[in-house]
Amino acid sequence: MNNIYDVIIIGSGPAGLSAGLYAARARMKTLILERTKVGGQIVITHEVANYPGSVEDATGPSLIARMERQVESFGAERKKDNIKEADFSGKIKILKGEKEEYQAKSVIIATGATPRRIGCPGENELIGKGVSYCATCDADFFQDLEVFVVGGGDSAIEEALYLTKFARKVTIVHRRDELRAAKSIQEKAFNNPKVEIMWNSVITEIKGDGMVESAVFKNTVTGETKEYFAEEEDGTFGVFVFVGYLPINDLIKGKVNMNESGYIITNDKMETNVEGVFAAGDIREKPLRQVVTATADGAIAAVQCEKYVEANFD
Amino acid sequence: MIIVDKDTFKSEVLEAEGYILVDYFGDGCVPCEALMPDIEELSKKYDGKVKFCKLNTTKARRMAISQRVLGLPTITLYKNGEKVEEVIKDDATKENIDAMIAKHV
Repeated sequence: MNNIYDVIIIGSGPAGLSAGLYAARARMKTLILERTKVGGQIVITHEVANYPGSVEDATGPSLIARMERQVESFGAERKKDNIKEADFSGKIKILKGEKEEYQAKSVIIATGATPRRIGCPGENELIGKGVSYCATCDADFFQDLEVFVVGGGDSAIEEALYLTKFARKVTIVHRRDELRAAKSIQEKAFNNPKVEIMWNSVITEIKGDGMVESAVFKNTVTGETKEYFAEEEDGTFGVFVFVGYLPINDLIKGKVNMNESGYIITNDKMETNVEGVFAAGDIREKPLRQVVTATADGAIAAVQCEKYVEANFD
Repeated sequence: MIIVDKDTFKSEVLEAEGYILVDYFGDGCVPCEALMPDIEELSKKYDGKVKFCKLNTTKARRMAISQRVLGLPTITLYKNGEKVEEVIKDDATKENIDAMIAKHV
C-alpha cells in the first residue's frame, strides 16, 4: 500500500470538515472518513441560531452542505467507511476500515458524540415507536398529537419549539426548577401557548405495546410518581429526549488518553498524548461543545498536523 | 427499488407474496438520506430474492402509523404481507439490515 495520506480525519461533522478544509488548503494529501452521515449531530437540528453568520436559512443541513461544498473545492478526498481498528504505534498510522485499510502520517480524531438516553425501562424498546432523539426526523408523526420533550438545555428547548409546528401540545419535562437554555430561547418557550413545562420532573418508565401508550413521571422534589396515559382518540404521544451526549470513543479506547467521562484529553494545540494523533470537536474534553468550537478545533488540529508532518517527514 | 405511496402500498407490500423490504423514510430526515445508498446496494445484492420498496412517510403518515412506524428510519422485512423483522434508527446500519435479510432469505 503506497497510498499514504498526510492526514486522515476520522469523522465529517463540523470539526472534521473544518480540519479537512484547512488541511487541503495547506496542500496536504487529505482524506476525510465518514461512518454514517456527513455533518454529525448538527444535521438533525432544524434551526441553528447561534453559529456566527447564521442569519438566513440557518438550518443544520444547509450549514453542513455549505461546509461540504467548500471542502470539496479545495480537493480533500472523502470516503465512506467504518474504521474498526486504529494502530497508532508506528510513525505511519494505520486505520483498518470495513472496506479498506488506510495509512497516514497524522490522524485527527473527530468522531463526535451521540445522544444520551434517559436510561429508563421501556425506553430502548420504544425507540422509533414514540421515543425519539431526532425531532427533524420524527416530528411529522406527531401532527396534532401531544409530545413530551425531556431536557432543559438549548437543544431540548429549541427542539420543543420546532415541535410546536406539528404537535398540538408540547410539554417540556425538566428535572430541576430552572432551565439551562439560553435566556432568549427560554423566553420564546415561555411565550409559546402550545408549550407547558413540568418542573422538577423525570420520566422513570415508558410503556406501551408496540407503541408509546403511557409514561411514568416522578417529581424529583416530592418523590411522587404519576402515570400519564395517551388520550384515547390519540392512541399515543411522543417522547423526545435531549439530555446531553456521550462521546463516540470505541475506536480509540486505550489508544489515547481519555478523561473519566470518555472524552479525549488534548492540549490547546489539539495534541493527544500520542505523537501524530490529534483530536477535534465534541470528542475532546472541553468547556463548550458547539459547532463554532468544533470548527475552531478542526482548524487548529489541521494546522498543527501540517507543522508535525513537515517536521517529522521529508 | 420500487417507490410505493399510500395508494400502492397495499398491493405492492401487504398483498404481495414473498419477501419485501420497506425503507420508511421522510422529508428532512437526514439519517434516512444517508442510509439510502446502502439500501440501494443491498437491493442489488438481493435482487430476485427480496423486493425492495421505499415509502416517503411525510406523504403517507397514516399508512406508516398503521404499520406501527413512528420513527425514522425504519427498515422492515415483510413476508407474504406480514412483518417478519425490522431495524430502527441507529440499529439501521447496512451491516444489520444485511444480517436481518440473510437470516430469513
